[in-house]
Amino acid sequence: MTDVAVIGFAEAPAERHSPATTNGVEMLVPIFAEVFAATGLTKDDIGFWCSGSSDYLAGRAFSFVSAVDAIGAFPPVMESHVEMDGAWALYEAWLKVKTGEAEIALAYGFGKSSAGNLRRVLALQLDPYLVAPLWPDSVAIAALQARAGIEAGAWSEQEMAEVAARSRASALDNPRALVRGGRPAAELLEEPYVADPLRAHDCAPVTDGAAVVILAADERAWELCPRPAWITGFEHRIDSAALGARDLTTSPSAAAAGQAAGASRAEVAELHAPFTHQELILRRALGLGADVRVNPSGGALCGNPMFAAGLARIGSAAEQIISGRAQVALGHATGGPALQQNLVCVLEARSEDSA
Amino acid sequence: MTGTGTDGAVRAAVLGTGQTHHRSKRTDVSMAGLCREAVDRALADAGLTQDQVDAVVVGKAPDLFEGVMMPELYLADALGAVGKPLLRVHTAGSVGGATGIVAASLVQSGVHRRVLAVAFEKQSESNAMWALSITPPFSMPVLAGAGGYFAPHIRSYIRRSGAPAHIGAMVAAKDRRNGARNPFAHLRQADMTAEKVLASPMLWDPVRYDETCPSSDGACAVVIGDQAAAEATAGPVAWIRATSMRTEPTMFSGKDNVNPRAGADAAAALWQAAGITSPRDQIDAAEIYVPFSWFEPMWLENLGFAEAGQGWRMTEAGDTEITGALPVNPSGGVLSSNPIGASGLLRFAEAAMQVMGTAGDHQVPGATTALGHAYGGGSQYFSMWVVATTPG
Amino acid sequence: MSQPLHAPLEISFDYTRSLGPTLSEFATALAGRRILGARAADGRVHAPPFEFDPVTGLPPAELTEVGPGGTVLTWTWTDRPLDGQPLDRPFGWALIRLDGADTSMLHAVDAGSAGQMSAGMRVRPRWSDRSGTGITDIACFEPDEEGSRGRGGSWTDEPHPNSITMITSPVRLSYDHTVSPGETSYLRALAEGRLIGQRCPACGKVYLPPRGACPVDGVPTQDEVALPDTGIVTTFCVVNVPFLGQQFPSPYVAASVLIDGADIAFQHLILGCPPEDVRMGMRVRAVWKPREEWGTGHNIDHFEPTGEPDAPYESYSRHL
Repeated sequence: MTDVAVIGFAEAPAERHSPATTNGVEMLVPIFAEVFAATGLTKDDIGFWCSGSSDYLAGRAFSFVSAVDAIGAFPPVMESHVEMDGAWALYEAWLKVKTGEAEIALAYGFGKSSAGNLRRVLALQLDPYLVAPLWPDSVAIAALQARAGIEAGAWSEQEMAEVAARSRASALDNPRALVRGGRPAAELLEEPYVADPLRAHDCAPVTDGAAVVILAADERAWELCPRPAWITGFEHRIDSAALGARDLTTSPSAAAAGQAAGASRAEVAELHAPFTHQELILRRALGLGADVRVNPSGGALCGNPMFAAGLARIGSAAEQIISGRAQVALGHATGGPALQQNLVCVLEARSEDSA
Repeated sequence: MTGTGTDGAVRAAVLGTGQTHHRSKRTDVSMAGLCREAVDRALADAGLTQDQVDAVVVGKAPDLFEGVMMPELYLADALGAVGKPLLRVHTAGSVGGATGIVAASLVQSGVHRRVLAVAFEKQSESNAMWALSITPPFSMPVLAGAGGYFAPHIRSYIRRSGAPAHIGAMVAAKDRRNGARNPFAHLRQADMTAEKVLASPMLWDPVRYDETCPSSDGACAVVIGDQAAAEATAGPVAWIRATSMRTEPTMFSGKDNVNPRAGADAAAALWQAAGITSPRDQIDAAEIYVPFSWFEPMWLENLGFAEAGQGWRMTEAGDTEITGALPVNPSGGVLSSNPIGASGLLRFAEAAMQVMGTAGDHQVPGATTALGHAYGGGSQYFSMWVVATTPG
Repeated sequence: MSQPLHAPLEISFDYTRSLGPTLSEFATALAGRRILGARAADGRVHAPPFEFDPVTGLPPAELTEVGPGGTVLTWTWTDRPLDGQPLDRPFGWALIRLDGADTSMLHAVDAGSAGQMSAGMRVRPRWSDRSGTGITDIACFEPDEEGSRGRGGSWTDEPHPNSITMITSPVRLSYDHTVSPGETSYLRALAEGRLIGQRCPACGKVYLPPRGACPVDGVPTQDEVALPDTGIVTTFCVVNVPFLGQQFPSPYVAASVLIDGADIAFQHLILGCPPEDVRMGMRVRAVWKPREEWGTGHNIDHFEPTGEPDAPYESYSRHL
C-alpha cells in the first residue's frame, strides 16, 4: 500500500480580529502561495483537495462554497469538504493518496472565530434536546471538566498554569502566534477566574486563521522534499456526547487513537488542547512521557483558529521532521465539547535508502 | 488523474442499504431516531450489527437547517460510533454522494473492512428556504431559495436546446409515478400526468409547483465492505466499480451553468475508471439528482448519455421511463423525496438496490450496472458512482 | 487599502424539535414535575435518559423516576450570563447526579455566589413557571441545605395532561459580517453612484462585483475598471412563490444582469415592465434610488428596459 508523507505546511498568522471574510479566501490565498513556493508545486499538481470549516462559525449556510475561489478551481478539481477541523480533511486527503486516486493532495482549514460570539456559538454543538437549550458556553463546559480533574486529584491549578507559562514561552519563537510571553506560573495564578477554575491563561484565545498541509505519495514525496514527514499512524475516535455519562478527566478516544497510531514513540508532540487541563489529559491518554517536547509552537493556547488549529498542529509536527529537529513527531487535533473527538497523526523521518 | 477504479485499490461493495419513510414532517422521531431507522434497515439488509462496523461517515447539508452545529457529535451514541472513527462530510447538495464516496475510500484504502455511511436531513426542524435565503449585509436580496437560483439556468437550457415546454412536465410526472412504486417515497402520485403538472402554479417561472422537489425529513444509510466482507454477506451485494468527484467555483466568468464542466469531467473520469465506453448502452438504471424536473435532460447531456442539446429527446421518447432504454430515477428520485443531506446517498443507495435486485416494485428487471449521481452548490459539486452485480 | 466594510448579521429561528418516544416521555414527565432516567443493559441508570442504550444500542425498555434531589459532581461559575442561559444573574453550572442515577445532568445552579458552590453539595430543582418546554421546565437547581432526599418543594402530584412531543428551540446569533476588499471598493463606488469592477491580473476578466480572488486563477483582483450602469439580461426567473424572509412583493423578476464591459453577470431585480415582457438579451439600465436614500450597499433600486433592440443570443450565450 502507498506510503504517504507531509511535504508542505503553511499557516496564516493567528489574529484576534482578521479583516478577512468568513469565506476564508483572503486568509487562504497567501498561504497557498507560500506552500506552493516552498514545495515548487502549482495548483495543477494537486490531485485532490479537501477542506475543513464550519457554517455556524460563519453564520450562514454553504459558507465554504466560495473558499474554492482561493484555489482557482477551474478547470475543475477533485475536491471535498468536511464540517470538521482541517485535520480530518487531511485524513480524507490521506485516504485518497492511499487508494491511488491522487499522488499529491492538499488539505486546508479555515475559521474566522471572531465573526460571532464563539463560546456561545459552540453551545450549538451540545445535545440539541437536553443540553443546548440551556446555552452552556464552551468555556463553562471546559471549566466543568477542569474542576472534575481537580476534584479527582488528577491535576491542579498550579499544573494548569505551568502548561500556560511553558506554552507562552515557547510561542516567543513563533512569529505566527497570537499570545506569547514569559510570565511565570505563579504570576498567572494571581489573575482572576474567567470561569472558576479557569483563568484567562487556561483558555485558548478566540482566533482567526487558516492552515494548509500538502501530502505526497512514495517517490513523489522524496522528489518534493529532502526530509518528508512520513505518516506511520493516522487514527481518530469519538467519545459519547453525554457529558454526564463520561469520565471527563480522561479521554478514551484520544487513548484509543494514540494506541492505534503508535503515539507513545513520539519525541515531540503538537497537541490541540484549547484549555490547559486538556493538555494534561492528552499527555496521559497518549502515553507521552516527561521527556516528550510538547507544543514547541506554543500550541492552541497561543493561537486557536477554529477548524484550522488541529491541522496546524499536524503541520507543525511535520515541520519538526522536515527541519530535522525530530525523528518521530505527533500531531493531534480535537473537535467537539470537552475533547469529545480526537485525531492522532504520527510522523516519522526515514532515510531514502530504506524507502 | 481519474476516478477510482478497482486497480490498485481494495475492492469495495455495498453490503446493505436502508432508508426512512420520507415525509414532510417526521414528528414521530428525533434526529437520532430518524437516522437509526435508516441505519437499522441497512445493517439488517447487510446481516450485520453495529458492533461489526469499523467506522461511521455522516453526511448532512447545512447545519443551519436543524440548528445544530456538527450534529454528528451528538449522534455518535445513537449511531454506535462511540470508540470508533466518525467523519462528517458536507459538500452542499452533493453531500450524500460524497458521504458514500468517503465511506468507499475508507474501504478501498485498506483502512477499514466495514464502514457505515449515513446521511440525513430533518427539514421540518426549520425552513430550508429561509436558511438558503439569508442575505448577508451588502448583498442584493434577490435570492429566493434553490428554485430561484436554478430557474434562470433552466430557462437558459430551454433556450439553448430548443426543448419543447412540456419536457419538464413529462419528467415530473414520470418521477412522481415512479415514486408511487416506492414505499419509502414522500410523494406517491400514481396518477400524475404531464397535463396535471402543466396545470400546477408557476413558482419560479419557468419552474412549476409540480416540477419541484418536496421538502422532506429523511435519512439513508449504506454499509460498504471489502471483498472478504462482501463474500461473507448472505444476500446480494453491489460492487463499486468506480467513484468520481469534481468541484468548480460557484460563479466565474465563463461558467456554463447549463452544462457545467465539473459534472462533465466527473462523468468522463467515472466512465473511464468503470471501463464504460458507451454509458447509454452500458448503464441499466440511473439515479440522477434531479431536484427540478428540467435537470433530467440537462444532466443526461452533462453525464454523456446524450449529446449537448439532445437530452430532452430521450425524455420525450420515453427512454427514461422505468420501462425505457435508460430508466432514470425509478425510485421517484429527488422529485419524490428530498431530505436534502440524504438525497445524494439515496441516489447512490437506489443504484445499489437496482443491481442487488432489492428495489421491489421499482426494480428495473435484469439491471446489472447502475449509476448513482449527486450535485450541489451552484451546480459546482458533483459526486457519482457506478455499481454492478460483479466486481469487474 | 482601507479596511473592508463590515456590518451585523443576525440569524434567528425558532427550531421545532420532535422528540421521539423516549425524550417525549422524559419531557412529559418534566411537565408533570418528575424527572426520569433510563436503565442501561449494564444496570446503570442514565439521567437524563439515553435514546439508545450505550451497551445494546436499543431504545430503553422503560424509564424510571430519579431525583428530584441530587449531588453536584463538578461545577463552574458564570459572572456574566449569556443570552439564552437559564439565569440572568451570576450563577453556577454543574453536573448533577440525581438521586438514583449513575450519570449526571448538566444544569444551572442558583447559588448566589461561587463561594456557595462545591462538589458534593446537595441541590434540588426549581421548576419553571412554564411547562412542556423540555429541559427548561427545570428553571435551574438551587442549594438544598436540608439535604432532603425527598421531593423538591414545588413538586405537584398532578400528572401533566398532554404528552409533550415537540419543543421549540430559539437560536439567535449575532455575527459581524465582513466583505472582501474588492467588494468593499465596489460598494464604496456604489455609494458614490458609480459601478466599479476589477480585472484579474492573470486572465484579464472583469469581475463585477469583484470577489475575494479570481475563481479561475486564485489571485486577488486589484485593477479597477469603471463600468456603465447599462447591460443586458442574460437569463432570469419570475419569482411567484412567497417565502420567509422575502424582501420584495411577488411576482418579481430576478435576473442575471451582464453589465456592458463586465465578464460576469450579477443578480438584480427587473422592474419597469410586466414580468412577462422580460426577455433574455433585453437591454436594461440601472434605476438608482433617490440620492437622499443612498447608503453603502444597493443604491441601485432595480434595472429597467432601455427600449433598445435586444442583444443577439450569440453575444451572451457564453455567459449562461
